[in-house]
Amino acid sequence: MLIGRVIGDLTATYKHPSQEGRKILLVQPLNLDGTERGVAVVALDAVDAGIGDRVLVVTDGYAAFSALGRDLSPIDMAVIGIVDRVDLVSDAGTPGVSPNQQR
Amino acid sequence: MYLGRVVGRVWSTVKNPGLEGKRLLVVQPLTPELEDTGKPLVVTDSTGAGSGEIVYWVRGREASFAFLPEEVPSDTSIVAIVDEIHVNRKKRADR
Repeated sequence: MLIGRVIGDLTATYKHPSQEGRKILLVQPLNLDGTERGVAVVALDAVDAGIGDRVLVVTDGYAAFSALGRDLSPIDMAVIGIVDRVDLVSDAGTPGVSPNQQR
Repeated sequence: MYLGRVVGRVWSTVKNPGLEGKRLLVVQPLTPELEDTGKPLVVTDSTGAGSGEIVYWVRGREASFAFLPEEVPSDTSIVAIVDEIHVNRKKRADR
């Protein structure tokens, strides 16, 4: 799973039937310190998240389509939670520093 | 899923029978600001997308599910044609 921020949404009239009826969110993956990491992805919404929310995203097909209740659909990412808080040991949010290196 | 723009089409005569009748398109991945990012790739199309259109596509085994009950050997498929994108990267004060 990834932590990301919802930075937008998109509309699509012509789409595969499995994509109907859910918000289509743009999610920017984040580092633990809150900076952006990589390129934003498209995920279907399973929890009613909104723009600006910090969210949990699954990036496996089975996890994504079961969270949405749509078996064997062409869906590989879904927003499955809204993050309230992340607690870390000190400095764990620094990019490139693994938790093991700090002990 | 990932944003992309259809930039071309691939024609193939000799191919796996599962790909028979499936359109193969070349897609350039995009950022939400519609700038190119990463390398173009070949995808199967389940929507009828055309050249220049913004789409989003699925990667992995799920790509072949777009064609069920047909079994198509594909690992990347277009599943929607994008009409409109709204982006707001501003942080909310309470998050």
